[in-house]
Amino acid sequence: MGTKVKLISGRTIVQGQNLDNKLSEEYFNEVATCEMSKEDMERLGVAAEGHVKVKTSFGEVVVKAKEKAGTPAGIIFIPMGPWVNAIVSGDTHGAGMPQYKGIDAEIEPTEEEVLHVKDLMKTYMK
Amino acid sequence: MVEITDVVCSLCGCVCDDIVVEVEDNKVIKVKKGACSVGKSKLMGHGRIESPAIRENGSLKDCSYDEAIKKAAEILAAARRPLLYGWSSTVCEADKVGVELAEEIGAVIDNTASVCHGPSVLAIQDVGLPSCTLGEVKNRADLVIYWGANPAAAHANHMKRYSYISKGYWTEEGKKNKKLVVVDVRKTATAKMADVFLQIEQGKDYLVFSALRAMLYGYEDVVPEEVGGISKKDLLETVKMMKEAKFGIIFFGMGVTHTGARHNNIVNAIQTTRAAHTHTKFNIMPMRGHYNVAGINQVCTWETGYPFAVDLSRGYAWYNPGEVSATDLLVRRECDAALIIASDPGAHFPGESIRHLAKIPVIQIDPFPNPTTEFADVVIPAAISGVEAEGNVYRMDNIPIRLRKLVDTEYMADEEIMKGILGEVRAIKGKEEIERR
Repeated sequence: MGTKVKLISGRTIVQGQNLDNKLSEEYFNEVATCEMSKEDMERLGVAAEGHVKVKTSFGEVVVKAKEKAGTPAGIIFIPMGPWVNAIVSGDTHGAGMPQYKGIDAEIEPTEEEVLHVKDLMKTYMK
Repeated sequence: MVEITDVVCSLCGCVCDDIVVEVEDNKVIKVKKGACSVGKSKLMGHGRIESPAIRENGSLKDCSYDEAIKKAAEILAAARRPLLYGWSSTVCEADKVGVELAEEIGAVIDNTASVCHGPSVLAIQDVGLPSCTLGEVKNRADLVIYWGANPAAAHANHMKRYSYISKGYWTEEGKKNKKLVVVDVRKTATAKMADVFLQIEQGKDYLVFSALRAMLYGYEDVVPEEVGGISKKDLLETVKMMKEAKFGIIFFGMGVTHTGARHNNIVNAIQTTRAAHTHTKFNIMPMRGHYNVAGINQVCTWETGYPFAVDLSRGYAWYNPGEVSATDLLVRRECDAALIIASDPGAHFPGESIRHLAKIPVIQIDPFPNPTTEFADVVIPAAISGVEAEGNVYRMDNIPIRLRKLVDTEYMADEEIMKGILGEVRAIKGKEEIERR
């Protein structure tokens, strides 16, 4: 059972710089991450770059933990991209818009590897 | 080496048009000034899709443009419920052909507003939009509010060119005589610059807009001591700033459109702007993401009457976001083929929708390889609009601006590719019609 958090996603400057370069290491290093407060890092017992598994009712994904000042405790931020979207619901509640922010999630440290983008996309082709 | 001035950036909705670049041997070698780091990265370029390709036995095999266009047309002409999606990172001329193709094959045509400011479009259709141009903001605004938007990351030149830091006719001293309010869940780089930062609890935007509306109409007594994590004192201070401003502007972003209340948040934001009109001049504007997402909304509206999520299968335009928007169509596993142009649903759609997209025939038109390429069945590389191809786009305030061509290329432009596919589709349909007779 992981720690309960609210998940939000959004842009970062490095993610924007690599919008046309999504198969690169730079994009992977920026977007396959999970920003959280120092308090939550300590609560989870993860170090920077430590792997965490984030689960929602729609799936789970492994990303790297990153401490980010300004993020409130109980909120985690994953930059918009394939990793966060692996656990976003397609239900638009009749409005056409998926809920990319404010998703109930659970987070826990893991030894599992973070999938590279090509491997992540392969999971959809099974 | 040639220096080109007044280059227009084809990255975000700011569409900065004062960039200077150096071109040598038909390549942009330096961005001298004007672009932010994100725009600069776009202008300098990245690895390309090198050749048109068709997937055979699981892997993409290079082919000619003619073969790829013909294959794309065959897929679309045979599809019973095709989806044509994207259109925001290309020019209006290509978008226009896209709508024509959608009509020809009875497709659903949708654009990235669907997962961006679609809720804003719904709200604007509901209650209108008291807005202005970015030029007016630059020259007049003395109070700038960013709500659920982090321009320091997503629109890096926005504050410098148009809002808080810009210097204009009546704002010649720049930020010295301006105030900045930021409302966000996180203390972002934009929030750190603010005179007042309102750290809102996630998903409580509707409540805070309601509190501000009540206060602006003089009913502060009904507002509790804390709303959405923000103290009444801070809300009152914000209202005071709004009332005292000569010209205020609310710029709102995905922090408001992507949360539970969706378009209802925006309706309330617009009504808050109206409430401010009882005191002063106030405006509101969505921070549009892609450089031409406003443009495809314009083109789609000219051509069909509706800005996004338009189903043309009935022989007339049917608009119903939530039913015929791309995500919903894919989650219901309804479409049996898709053309994806100038966007990347493989990276930006919920996994649930990608799962279906990865299983149906997909045609991708894009300058760059991306997650969508991983499952696309026909890949058609395109010239980069604003670098290798020209055309018209609409800035986030719906001002049309013409992208310039900086270098020559052998890649086909989006408009040419779309015209090629439309021509082939018509040839197939014409042949079928003759056979039927």
